[in-house]
Amino acid sequence: MNLTLKVWRQAGPESEGSMQTIEAEGISEDASFLEMLDVVNERIVEEGGDPIHFDHDCREGICGACSLTINGVPHSKQQGITTCQLHMRKFRDGDTIWIEPFRARAFPVMKDLMVDRSSFDRIIAAGGYIDVRTGSAVDANSVPIPKEDADSAFDSAACIGCGACVAACKNASAMLFVGAKASHLNKLPQGQVQKDERVLGMVRQMDAEGFGNCTNQYECEAVCPKEISADVIGKLNRDYVAATVKEAVK
Amino acid sequence: MSNSQSAENGTLDSAIPAGPLPEKWTKFKSKAPLINPANKRKYKVIVVGSGLAGGSAAATLSELGYQVKCFCYQDSPRRAHSIAAQGGINAAKNYQNDGDSVWRLFYDTIKGGDFRSREANVHRLAEVSTNIIDQCVAQGVPFAREYGGLLDNRSFGGAQVSRTFYARGQTGQQLLIGCYQALEKEIAKGGVEMFTRTEMQDVVVVDGHAKGIVVRDLVTGEISSHAADCVILATGGYGNVFFLSTNAMGCNVMAAFQATKRGAYFANPCYTQIHPTCIPVSGDYQSKLTLMSESLRNDGRIWVPKSKEDAAAIREGRKTAADVAEDDRDYYLERKYPSFGNLAPRDIASRSAKEACDDGRGVAKTGLGVFLDFRDAINRLGEDTIRARYGNLFQMYEKITGDDPYSVPMKIYPAVHYTMGGLWVDYNLMSNLKGLHVLGEANFSDHGANRLGASALMQGLADGYFVIPSTLPVYLAKETPGKVTQDSPEFAEAEKAVKDRIDKLMSVKGTKSVDSFHRELGLLVWDKCGMSRTKEGLEEALKRIDEIRKDFWENVRIPGSADGINMELEKAARVADFIDFAEVMCYDALDREESCGGHFREEYQFTEADEEVQSGFTNPGEAKRRDREYCYVAAWENNGPGVAPTLHKEHLEFENVELAVRSYK
Amino acid sequence: MEIREKSGNYCLKFYLHGTRLASGFVRNIKQAMVSLIQPVISFWNSSIGKKILVALSGAFLVFFLIGHLAGNLLVFTGRGALNDYAQFLHEMGHGKGVWIFRIGLLVALVLHIAATVALTRQNRSAKGSQYAHNATMRASRSSKIMIWSGLIVLAFLVFHIFHFTIRVNPELADMADPAQPERHDVWGMVIKGFENPLVSLFYIVALTLLCSHLSHGIASMFQTLGLRTGKTKDASKIIGIALAVALWLGFISIPVAVMTGLLKADSSGYSDTKASVIEAQIAKQ
Repeated sequence: MNLTLKVWRQAGPESEGSMQTIEAEGISEDASFLEMLDVVNERIVEEGGDPIHFDHDCREGICGACSLTINGVPHSKQQGITTCQLHMRKFRDGDTIWIEPFRARAFPVMKDLMVDRSSFDRIIAAGGYIDVRTGSAVDANSVPIPKEDADSAFDSAACIGCGACVAACKNASAMLFVGAKASHLNKLPQGQVQKDERVLGMVRQMDAEGFGNCTNQYECEAVCPKEISADVIGKLNRDYVAATVKEAVK
Repeated sequence: MSNSQSAENGTLDSAIPAGPLPEKWTKFKSKAPLINPANKRKYKVIVVGSGLAGGSAAATLSELGYQVKCFCYQDSPRRAHSIAAQGGINAAKNYQNDGDSVWRLFYDTIKGGDFRSREANVHRLAEVSTNIIDQCVAQGVPFAREYGGLLDNRSFGGAQVSRTFYARGQTGQQLLIGCYQALEKEIAKGGVEMFTRTEMQDVVVVDGHAKGIVVRDLVTGEISSHAADCVILATGGYGNVFFLSTNAMGCNVMAAFQATKRGAYFANPCYTQIHPTCIPVSGDYQSKLTLMSESLRNDGRIWVPKSKEDAAAIREGRKTAADVAEDDRDYYLERKYPSFGNLAPRDIASRSAKEACDDGRGVAKTGLGVFLDFRDAINRLGEDTIRARYGNLFQMYEKITGDDPYSVPMKIYPAVHYTMGGLWVDYNLMSNLKGLHVLGEANFSDHGANRLGASALMQGLADGYFVIPSTLPVYLAKETPGKVTQDSPEFAEAEKAVKDRIDKLMSVKGTKSVDSFHRELGLLVWDKCGMSRTKEGLEEALKRIDEIRKDFWENVRIPGSADGINMELEKAARVADFIDFAEVMCYDALDREESCGGHFREEYQFTEADEEVQSGFTNPGEAKRRDREYCYVAAWENNGPGVAPTLHKEHLEFENVELAVRSYK
Repeated sequence: MEIREKSGNYCLKFYLHGTRLASGFVRNIKQAMVSLIQPVISFWNSSIGKKILVALSGAFLVFFLIGHLAGNLLVFTGRGALNDYAQFLHEMGHGKGVWIFRIGLLVALVLHIAATVALTRQNRSAKGSQYAHNATMRASRSSKIMIWSGLIVLAFLVFHIFHFTIRVNPELADMADPAQPERHDVWGMVIKGFENPLVSLFYIVALTLLCSHLSHGIASMFQTLGLRTGKTKDASKIIGIALAVALWLGFISIPVAVMTGLLKADSSGYSDTKASVIEAQIAKQ
């Protein structure tokens, strides 16, 4: 199939970027979207040009590295997948495809389609963990956890930290990401001790990183490759209020 | 091309503690040197890699008080490829009361490794396996649970006990996130300094000890070096030498291979694991392969048409699977291994698929693929039951291939999945290059010639959380902290060597893309040093590798500059090392004139002439080990590209288990 | 000398001690203030804090709208009932009630607007650049125009207060209840006000935007206050839309009734029985 790509090209973090039109010819419909870009890049390299840079690694939808906004939607309009799991058979011969980086001030563009998502790491460092020293754990079965709670914690823990939620949000809010981590750890008995400190720490870091605020449009939920529910945002709001009150009267 | 030299100069001291096997680790811990808390903070430790092994080591060493610097090439430590492991993690908890024990886990792992691993290491692995589960649960890893709230287990990879802990199909992800969170916690506390998008280029050796590394900042292109009191490599496996594998695109052998250039030995590189149930290659553009859970073989039946004509018709689209009558189908695993059938071990299932396809009976467009058919299971159990068991896998398959496995059979083909070989280490996980410690898939120690399912996660975390924190002081206690600084001339020299190498790559200015070389190399080693190997094939491969190397250094094209993000340059440096590494792998495969685990030499298989076949114990065509000649670890000393490496042998002593022939008939 | 020096030293010590005590006291007050104000400031500064203020003030305003509509609908029962209601509002709490209520409303409104404007500014800055090709998957149309529907409703509100509360138009201001000339004829004013088609049109447009605003706003309230869970999320959405539509229908029914002639100024709205009941009540007082 032959396609017209409109790709964001930007030489470096300080450079101005713009959309570039690239023709992609003779693409197999069995190829994945990133393989299509590989083919395009190989041709660019052979013709002496600078290939399109994009983040990617596992190419099976779990590492969270790939991060393209395809036709205006992070990871494309196909639900429940990452960009690397998208295949060209979902497009038609002659289509024009818009490929842009994840847009958010807290995710600055580094080159072409690569963005810097280290803000997510700093949010986790601000409380997204259970503080347990190696070697000090009690027997794994000493605290039974209701299956329902464990399953619910898992649903939130499925987050791959790709940042599509932020990219899809018109406000670049990271509430789904933060809410997912808070819901995962706050749901478990092990996570109770640091629950308030975790919620306050992560939300403050989220604000400090310059993410926007949730205005409840649930675009995040629609594009999340792991289909994490926006319920986690409601829970985060609730836990945040409780933690704030407790902190104020402490 | 010369034959490899063999040297048994006794340099390989495995440092295994004395005493009965079950007491070695306990005794070691009670006698190992300690470093007092006030002194720990004076020691600097470099950890390269942030997967299960590296991440857990960095976090734990920081908790203990060491100053840790951790490096990864990804944009976040959470993206290391440990995240992609699906199945689960073994532990000898015996929560199921089904007779499991540390001894059984030890024995299964030794046997699974085809008696080519070290008893003491494997026993220690089985011992600490139980601590890993405790640690991970405390961190909040949401393992599957039963209705009573206790942890659930399943039987995995043909084990006769249920000892595998799992978190749906994403166990690796959940364990890595737990480890990543522990790491971020230590980063926040200031114990770990994290360097993301930073790739190690070289080890700095001062007076025979690894005392630092040279790295390239993948964002700015800057080359810098870091000094420390010791270096830990946890940089994963080398599966991407085959170009197509289930590894992530960035996985590479550079760190480990550069270490061999500085004197570390590479052990057993020919032990590579091929997983039988992957989605077949669909075309030249293919960049990686996707694994489908092995559990599919519980209900799916594997077959190819009996006739080449039918297979050709299917390949060309003139026929479908449904057009092939029952009598015209060859359920080859059921035919050859009536008692194990479709559940035959990974290496056997993989090799059989290759044989069928080599015979011209493959069914994928490329000729490389066999059917995994659920028709009979759906008829027997109903579509709903199958959906409940494999719904998510079927969905994943459909997303990738566009075929609906409920109505047409899946097509599968084996793919490289894990590499058992790695840098040689002693009991303390230190390589022969003093101060250089190697953890996880990057070392060779625990899986022998073949790894069992759900053991990779176990080993990575055992090494990082529990082994290295106890064994590192064996080395460090003898070292004065801060003895070596970046002022030593060796650092400037190493930096210069790295810069020269990058300049050399950039200055080739040829016409061919990096990927084209990687693809060519991958096809070659897959063909000659893949599922089955022959002397002639390996010798030919060695010749061809030399040609590829020459071509690469004359014709590779790297656009852009080295000062900034340049993914072609990153790939080129990795491929350059893969080419040199492939050579060592082929030498190892050539040297090992036996078949064991992931290494199958066509010359060494059971035939009708063998007693074991005549007695009906095993089938002709099965792997034939030669314990008397090859019960050793082959550790290779790098002598430079194009020069045969030197073999150093560590003889394996089995005092507690009896070497037996694996039979799956 | 020595003694003097010593006593001088003592004086100095006492003095210092005194100032230290005093400054310590001031510091304590300061600390107390800071510890009280600090959480408030940090709550306001946090994204979630501001959203919670938006939700709470919004909830207050929605309750007001429900009460306002209930009162408004009395217009259909006749002049007497509506004017009685208006009189009640103005006289409750010796005339202070309405002002307490108005101040409450004003505070809620100011908070609601200040927080949403601040949030919107932050959000625009957080997004930075926009996509060249934009698309959405789930966002409702109402949710995309919240700030605009809100600001237009605000403009309407200003007009509405000048129109019916302050009554800048003397024609509306000077209307007296025919039955009780000492009180204002709210009923007559409403009908007369809506007889102007431009006023009715503006009213209907503004109320339609308010309906849009509420359809997203009410459901969002549940989420922001942490009341939206897997089980309640559908209900919260339905409640949001149902309440918004009900309010819209209720409010626009009045101008529509006036425009279509269902409500006319010449019908007195007094029934004999009703008038007599009211008279009896007044007599009692």
